[in-house]
Amino acid sequence: MKNASGSVAGGGLKLGVLLMATPLLLWLLLLVILPHLDLLMVSLRERISYGKYAFSFTNYIEFFTEPLYWNTYVRTATMSILATALTLVIGFPISYYIAKVMRGRGKSVLFLMCLIPFWVSELVRTFGWMILLRESGVISHFLQWAGLVDGPVEMLYNDVTIMVGLVYTSMLFMVVPLVSVLDSLDDSLIEAGYDLGGNAFTVTRDIVIPHAMPGIASGCIVVFMLTLGNYLTPNLLGGKSSLWFTEQIYTQFITRFNWESGSAFGFLLLVLSSLIVWLGLKLSRQTLSDTVG
Amino acid sequence: MSKNTGSLRATMFGVSALAGVMMLAGTAQAEELRLLTWGGYAPDDVIQMFEKETGIDVEVTLSNNEDMISKLRATGGGGFDLAQPSQDRIAGAQMEYGIYKPMDLSKVDAAQFIPSMLAATKTNTTVDGKVYGLPHIWGTSGLVVDTKKAADVKDYTDLCNDSVAGKVSYRLKRPTLIGFAFAMGMDPFAAYTDEAKYQEILDKVQEKLIECKPNVKTYWEGGDALLNLVRSGEVVAAMAWDTGGWKLNNDNADITFVAPKSGALGWVDTFALPRKSENEDAAYKWINFVMQPEIAAKITASAGNFTASKGADDFAEDKLKAQFKNSFPQEALDNIKWYPPVPAGLETLEGKALDRVKAAQ
Repeated sequence: MKNASGSVAGGGLKLGVLLMATPLLLWLLLLVILPHLDLLMVSLRERISYGKYAFSFTNYIEFFTEPLYWNTYVRTATMSILATALTLVIGFPISYYIAKVMRGRGKSVLFLMCLIPFWVSELVRTFGWMILLRESGVISHFLQWAGLVDGPVEMLYNDVTIMVGLVYTSMLFMVVPLVSVLDSLDDSLIEAGYDLGGNAFTVTRDIVIPHAMPGIASGCIVVFMLTLGNYLTPNLLGGKSSLWFTEQIYTQFITRFNWESGSAFGFLLLVLSSLIVWLGLKLSRQTLSDTVG
Repeated sequence: MSKNTGSLRATMFGVSALAGVMMLAGTAQAEELRLLTWGGYAPDDVIQMFEKETGIDVEVTLSNNEDMISKLRATGGGGFDLAQPSQDRIAGAQMEYGIYKPMDLSKVDAAQFIPSMLAATKTNTTVDGKVYGLPHIWGTSGLVVDTKKAADVKDYTDLCNDSVAGKVSYRLKRPTLIGFAFAMGMDPFAAYTDEAKYQEILDKVQEKLIECKPNVKTYWEGGDALLNLVRSGEVVAAMAWDTGGWKLNNDNADITFVAPKSGALGWVDTFALPRKSENEDAAYKWINFVMQPEIAAKITASAGNFTASKGADDFAEDKLKAQFKNSFPQEALDNIKWYPPVPAGLETLEGKALDRVKAAQ
């Protein structure tokens, strides 16, 4: 873009470039920048009385002084990181199998099977899990029928269930970038690794993972963002102790009419996610341009 | 106050539906009434009769109290021609956000309303001498109980009994706080105007609810989810709306609605005009239409709750009337605690208490 406009002199083409960029600029301005500015303004005011507001940092102070909000915030971040790590650990072998082991039709079939659950909405998928895991659900009945347990078992409404739901929901977003990056790895490199006396572990560590790093990073970023911003899964599967930060924001906005603290929380979530992604990139020595490019 | 889930999905759907409706409005030929209401309050057969009589199309958006206020607040009272918030949530929202416009009482046929209910609703929804709401449907919340398996549940606090441990559900919303406060011998409504005293009550209720948390299977959100929990037997006692209990009673005679010893909580859903209502005439036509006794009885059959229409009881189904009598002997009826208007600011206190309950381990 920069080269193209730089090499051509005269205002005519610059205008053309500008026109071409207009949709993007409008998108950024109207749908990203302006709403965020508005959010920031709202988060920095305090309700005085009916319809009267004044500038204040109350909402942010409130967040830092109330352990409840803190705990939810930290809990959401840790659970999201854990879910991302689990998705990676489960998704990597699957992707490797699809990309390197399977050939021809089997490959497309496997890939399609990863894709199919995502043809229905997240809500339906979550309800599916609820039907399976609830006390009067499929798994509970099966266990009783098989004589493994005496009474009904409740598997819903705890942290493990939330984790299962989150990993399941985001699996595809890990598998797709990993398959594409592993596909681009030349098989002869792996063979060469074995020829030079490497074993499965050293080949994976020294050849496959370094090559797959951009895919791993982009998969992790997407999965982490989706998990952190997920509302349905923690809410439905977590039940009485779900405690997810997005849920907190939703409650502030919709049931408490407290747009001020809702906006402040929204901003804090933005800061948190940016910070964690930045840290993750630093630690894995990746850059954002490598990852998305 | 009925069966709609107030989920984010629903909100998003509502917003996109709203956008769609606004786009269509420019090209639409027929007159249109955009109604923001609860599930069951505008059944299809009533809408069809109304369209036939007046030629006005009715566009229904399902919602709940908080969601209605949020939607109207976001648009400054636009996007809908008639809304149906509960009577206790009008005055506060009007003073705070100015989302409604006063009712023109001369356009409404007052003779169709039950006089006592009309007078009470008018008083509760008056701001600066102007009336903002008229009564439509009323009902209560209390306990839905499997009388075989949880015979000892007679009041809200009985939900914390060991006999029903792990088989209880209620919402984490303001009616729960208020119900528990009454059951614990306090009067939260009397403390509405005194924030310090109200906070004191909330602290005690919060402590009780935290103590009670191990008993709870899950905090329900949508009415349908709760009905499923009770129907499957996973929950044997819950705090819920009367109509839910009666619906379950149709399938399983053991389950019914029980008016708690400390009093069921009575609500009245109203008609209110959003400030930027574009078709007020249609709104008044709808009000007068649905308040006719025969029509009101149809709505009762669909929503499961009785209306403020005078004489509609004669047309209501006998089964529902019997269920109502069963749940509400005369003294329980007299003991209903009707919600007074909520002063703004209390919801923030309540919200924090609820958050702490949810966060407690």
